[in-house]
Amino acid sequence: MSFQRTQEKLKILADAAKYDVSCSSSGSQRANKNKGLGDSTGMGICHSYTEDGRCVSLLKILLTNFCIFDCAYCVTRKSNDIKRAAFKVQEVVDLTINFYRRNYIEGLFLSSGIFKSADYTMERLVAVAKKLRLEENFNGYIHLKSIPGASDELMREAGLYADRLSVNIEIPTEAGLKKLAPDKKREDFIKPMVKVKNEIIQYKAEKKIIKSTPKYAPAGQSTQMIIGASGENDFQIMQTSNFFYNSYNLKRVYYSGYVPISYDERLPQIGTAVPMLRENRLYQTDWLMRFYGFDVSEILNEQHQNLELDIDPKLSWALRNLHEFPVDINTADKRMLARIPGLGMKSVHKILNARRFRNLNWDHLKKIGVALNRAQYFIVCESNQFERRDLTSDKIKGFILQNSTSKYRKTLSNQLSLFG
Amino acid sequence: MQEKCLIYDGTFDGFLSAVFYTFEHKLELVNIQNEFAPQNELFSENEHILTEEDKANRVWSGLKTKLTSQGSYQMYYAFLSEKDGVENVLLDYVRYAFSKNTKVDKDYSHPSVLKIAQIAKMVGREKHRMEAFVRFRLTKDHIYFANIEPDFNVLPLIQKHFKRRYADQKWMIYDIRRRYGLFYDLDKVDIINMDFPKQFDFTKTNSDYFAEQEFDFQKLWQDYFKATNIKSRKNMKLHVRHVPKRYWKYLSEKQST
Repeated sequence: MSFQRTQEKLKILADAAKYDVSCSSSGSQRANKNKGLGDSTGMGICHSYTEDGRCVSLLKILLTNFCIFDCAYCVTRKSNDIKRAAFKVQEVVDLTINFYRRNYIEGLFLSSGIFKSADYTMERLVAVAKKLRLEENFNGYIHLKSIPGASDELMREAGLYADRLSVNIEIPTEAGLKKLAPDKKREDFIKPMVKVKNEIIQYKAEKKIIKSTPKYAPAGQSTQMIIGASGENDFQIMQTSNFFYNSYNLKRVYYSGYVPISYDERLPQIGTAVPMLRENRLYQTDWLMRFYGFDVSEILNEQHQNLELDIDPKLSWALRNLHEFPVDINTADKRMLARIPGLGMKSVHKILNARRFRNLNWDHLKKIGVALNRAQYFIVCESNQFERRDLTSDKIKGFILQNSTSKYRKTLSNQLSLFG
Repeated sequence: MQEKCLIYDGTFDGFLSAVFYTFEHKLELVNIQNEFAPQNELFSENEHILTEEDKANRVWSGLKTKLTSQGSYQMYYAFLSEKDGVENVLLDYVRYAFSKNTKVDKDYSHPSVLKIAQIAKMVGREKHRMEAFVRFRLTKDHIYFANIEPDFNVLPLIQKHFKRRYADQKWMIYDIRRRYGLFYDLDKVDIINMDFPKQFDFTKTNSDYFAEQEFDFQKLWQDYFKATNIKSRKNMKLHVRHVPKRYWKYLSEKQST
């Protein structure tokens, strides 16, 4: 391949692809076969991190940034005056293989602007994956974007070569979508998602009977929402997220703080800060839903439509539900341990294991790695020292904030001064 | 009672032989030391331990009945940390394991168990980092070559990963600090020792040794690394936490060209 042409294209098409957050390379079960190249059986690997602190695991590029749509929030929208480029199928294959051989990446994340039609675009994405699998015997990770409106037949083929498929719903509510991307309909996003979900179920069922059934999108599907572009509150966002997890068996929903890229007056203007703290709180809520046994309505509901920025959502829930505490570390069940602020699931497992040998005291908990700064107000353990004062939620919150140095202190300084 | 200093050859079998020795002679006050470690016990009695595979195997298989599989691999991981004094924490761990009828490796309220779990975790992190940060460069004789300088001796732990993954290319990973490497010849992985030319600079890609296309792909990778960054989200603190500076010198994306 001609080095300079490829270099130019890579710069343009990597730059355009970077707003897609997903960089996961785990959860597949594709083993190296016939002494080919690559293996995706282990956990995901981040081979590097960009200066914004995000994982670089996959070669994340667009096949092209030519696009027939004009979505206001998108940098490759038709009306935007930017350099356009398009990779040839073979160029993407060569880049992927050569990056992979040098241990730069776990695989490929290929997305695309939509040129001509949805099927025409999807066909080319599938062609890249097919070539990597069949001609190069490549067993690394492949994440393909499902192009909204692509035919069922193409989606079926895509899943045979890709480990993960994703389609971004982008805007959390239908009203927001109508405002910012009038050419797009929510049904178009949902259709490929439903198809992939059904295929996954079907292939899994067949595999139980016929062992040689090929894998279909073994790492499942995911989606992404932009945060802070269309005025939704956290309650709406997490309800949408919960709906997608439940209805389409998604592996992940990603939240992407809107990075201002245009002077369109429907959107936050260039220079507006990216809502990174809010994004972080949404991810914490997502984790509480998926791993900590919380129902989304416990954290966000009609009364609490937005997450507090100065404290994490679990602490916030605990402060609203002081009647559930204190919890005895040495007798509480797993569900309740997971609900104590300052305890992660790793600490929960360590406690469950360690307390079979002896009752645990403050020193044990500290060494195990519990964040006592937060946890101390909510627990009792093998010690006669514990919080005896009948503190109100506000008091506890004040104490915790006084004794913590949040990495977001700067962002929060306005709010913190209230507690002085 | 006087402390006895057991000096072993630095291998895992050697360490296990020393453990065997302490049990055989019912020693209580012992200090197990690697022969390459600086000896600082002036007044202790020294004993050089002979590495005997069958004795080591007896200890190891005994331990495997006393620990879960996670417990025994944590012991091996912790040993590879080469941390000062880790042998003695391991000995305490072994004694505790043999003294109980139940498996103790999840007893995180016991100081040695917790310590070994924590050291094993550090070694595991380093192993994972090496699987991520190895950067192969294609040499003129078609070998994908990488050099590393890990904090702990993780080469034995990453061998399987690379063998499975790069089954169709010859590769070599060389640990500069410990002066040995792994070489895969499309069939099996061997441990190798190598002599490098005196002026050989591991941080540079020299056209005398490396293939011509190597320069193109490094450039493309560096471009990609820059293009995929979102400037308005810059967060160097997070970046450095994920990619600590001590690893930068062999990461091609961190070299300026």
